[in-house]
Amino acid sequence: MTEFRYLKDVVTLTCDQDKCIGCGMCAVVCPHAVFTIAGKKAQMVRRNLCMECGACMKNCPAGAITVEAGEGCVRGIINELLGIEGPCC
Amino acid sequence: MNSPLTALPMAQPVPEGAGSFCLPSLNQDFVCGHLETPVGKIPKVESILERRDRLGHFRVRWNIGRDTFTVEPGLYALSCPNTDSPVLVTANYKLTFDLLRQALDGFSCWILVLDTKGVNVWCAAGKGTFGTEELVDRIQASRLHEVVKHRRLIVPQLGATGVAAHSVKQYSGFSVHYGPVMLEDLPAYFRNGNKAEPGMRLKQFPLKERFVLIPVEIMQALQQGLPVILFFLLSAGFFGNSSFFNMLIVHGLPPSLAVLSGIIGGTIFTPLLLPWIPGKAFSMKGALCGLLLFLLVLLPLYGADTHYSSLEKSSWLFICLAVSSWFGMAFTGASTFTSLNGVRKEMLIGLPLQFAALTVGTVMWLTALWLST
Ligand code: SF4
Ligand code: SF4
Repeated sequence: MTEFRYLKDVVTLTCDQDKCIGCGMCAVVCPHAVFTIAGKKAQMVRRNLCMECGACMKNCPAGAITVEAGEGCVRGIINELLGIEGPCC
Repeated sequence: MNSPLTALPMAQPVPEGAGSFCLPSLNQDFVCGHLETPVGKIPKVESILERRDRLGHFRVRWNIGRDTFTVEPGLYALSCPNTDSPVLVTANYKLTFDLLRQALDGFSCWILVLDTKGVNVWCAAGKGTFGTEELVDRIQASRLHEVVKHRRLIVPQLGATGVAAHSVKQYSGFSVHYGPVMLEDLPAYFRNGNKAEPGMRLKQFPLKERFVLIPVEIMQALQQGLPVILFFLLSAGFFGNSSFFNMLIVHGLPPSLAVLSGIIGGTIFTPLLLPWIPGKAFSMKGALCGLLLFLLVLLPLYGADTHYSSLEKSSWLFICLAVSSWFGMAFTGASTFTSLNGVRKEMLIGLPLQFAALTVGTVMWLTALWLST
């Protein structure tokens, strides 16, 4: 299976090791296997594959993850540039 | 004591009637009977899709009537579930609902349909309509506690963007288990004791999936592209020195073909050839596909009997590349691995270039037209 990779070093994903309780939810919900749990802590092992969907942040019970989540869609971003509220897909 | 609903911190005021008892209507054409339960008659559905279901799928794949292709939200019974049967959560886009019941051929379970305004799970989760609040409300409105004995929900993994499992547990008592990304993996997931293999957790973007997205991309592109084509045809016809139709064909057709080639490059070639086109940015991939189409469609015109000035010939290239790059970039919206900040970065560079290329191309073409008169 081809694995797609988008631009490098652009995503806003962060994970606070001190807050993490190692529950593993982030690893479950991420559709690109960005996280693995090592030594009871979440590690961002494939950070460049993150698509900023926000599922990990939403499901982290410890509030350890932050990411600027949103749909990477052209119309949405143009609306944002023009400063108008508008739908995406 | 506060009800779970009032305890939930709401981003918006609770909609009128949210959480009050409500079952979906039995009068929907895909419903084939009902199941008597302590809470009332639950509509029953089967895994077999009818011709009319498939016809509807075909239409929405072509972007026709997508907004009204919905099922009523609420609880449904697939085949003959009992109080121990699993509860699967889904969106009220009928295509999603149909594919779910089709994937569960031979199983009996409950399907809890959330009101996502007819949008599929992933997009709705991104918008938050497939979310914690709606799920908690819908559980309450369906009196799910009285229909099943267990307290487990299977939520599609791609819904996790909108659903916070720990909050659902807190407010409804139901624990959320994330099912596989793809519906087709559900039988294997069940056989595996409700566990998803690591591979089932990955969102891929195979050729088949890219392929079915093409019609919608084409329809949306034509909406933007046809006015541009009309502009070229009419300008050529009106501003030329010879007869309207003669000018329209001779000078209006090539730039129209350039726009069409751009649309084909961006909406058909880019999705299909995605993994093999060089580059990471979609605007780049789109432009390369546009170049390919240009070589195939417009370059032959260079040797045509009509003598085109090199200014006019070059204008086609600019127009074609701008259009294909734009529609290639637009495909990020449908892809499954592009990030918001990645697209933002790409647009910051791509958008001015596309705009410049289209402007330059159009000005060159108008100049050539004016010089030829
Ligand atoms: S934002 Fe989405 S893609 Fe990125 S790490 Fe979290 S779950 Fe994975
Ligand atoms: S979901 Fe949060 S707490 Fe759990 S492992 Fe991931 S980062 Fe740690």
